[in-house]
Amino acid sequence: MSEPKYYWEDFPLGETIEFGHKHVTKKEILEFASAFDPQPFHLDEEAARNSILGGLCASGWHSCAMMMRMMCDGYILESASLGAPGVDEVRWRKPVYVDDVLRLRRTCTERRPSKSRPEMGLTKFHIEMLNQKDEVVLTSDGWAMYGRREPGTPARGMA
Amino acid sequence: MPWLEDMEIGARMDLGSHTFTEEEIIAFATKYDPQPFHIDPEAARLGPFGGLVASGWHTTATWMKLMVAARQNQQEPPDKDGRTPPAGGPSPGFLDMKWPTPVRAGDTISYSATVSEKVDMRSRPDWGIVRSRNTGVNQNGETVMTFTGQGLVQRREPLR
Repeated sequence: MSEPKYYWEDFPLGETIEFGHKHVTKKEILEFASAFDPQPFHLDEEAARNSILGGLCASGWHSCAMMMRMMCDGYILESASLGAPGVDEVRWRKPVYVDDVLRLRRTCTERRPSKSRPEMGLTKFHIEMLNQKDEVVLTSDGWAMYGRREPGTPARGMA
Repeated sequence: MPWLEDMEIGARMDLGSHTFTEEEIIAFATKYDPQPFHIDPEAARLGPFGGLVASGWHTTATWMKLMVAARQNQQEPPDKDGRTPPAGGPSPGFLDMKWPTPVRAGDTISYSATVSEKVDMRSRPDWGIVRSRNTGVNQNGETVMTFTGQGLVQRREPLR
C-alpha cells in the first residue's frame, strides 16, 4: 500500500469539510432493500406513496452504507484508517428518495491519542448527509481510529 | 407485528443466524466500504485485524434482514373490529452501535432483539417509538454487534 495521505494528525479539532456526490438511483434502492430491508416503503412505489414516508425511499441502513462509501472515497482510502469501534448515534432525519443527490459535511468534534497504543489516535466526527435541497437527511456521530504520523509523540494542538 | 400496546418490555425475539462467506463480505464491502481489510484477503492479513473482516455495516444490515423476516412470520390476527396491525413503520435512527469483535469469513452470527423502552410521540398520536437492544453473537459466544434500535409502531388507541 502506498504512503497514506491522511494520518490522525491531519484531522484537526473543529475542522469542517464537505465532500462526496452520490446520485441515488431507484435500482440501487431496490437492490439494497431486497437484500437487507424488504419493507414495502423501500420496495414498492404504490405502497410507499401511501405510507408515512410518502414515497419510495432508501433503507436507513442503505443511507449508512452510502455514507460509508462517500467517506471511503472522500478520505478513508487515502488515510491510515484502523477501523471504527462503532457509532454513537445515527439519526435518519428525512427520507432519501429516488434521484436525490447526496453529499457529506464532516466536522471533527473530539480527538485524543490512544493511551494503550502510541501508534494510534482516535477522532470523533459529526457527519451530516445533505441532499440537493441542502436538507440534512442523516446525521452520525462516532469515533474512528487512525495511525499517527509520529507515533508516541505529543500531538499538535494538544497540551 | 403487534400493536404498540401489546409489546412487552423485556420480550426477546431470536432472529435466527447467518453464516458470512468470504464472497459476500467482499461483495458488500466492494460496494459500500472498500477498505483493504474488507475486500482484499492478502492485504487484510497484514492489516489491523490480521485477516479479512466484514464491514460493520454488513454485520448490521444482516440484523435488519433477519428482523424483517422475523416480523413477517409474526403476523397478528385482525382485531375484533377487523383492523390488521401494521408490518412495522420507519425508524428515527439508532444509538450506541458497537462492533466489539470482527466478523470473519465462515463465522455464524446469531441475532436477537429485546424490547427495552416505549416512547410516546406527541407529534404523531397514532404511533409510538419502540426501542430495542439488539445483538449479534458468533459461534464462540463472542458479541460482534450491539445497538439500540428504534422503530415506529402503530397504537391500537391514539395517544390522548
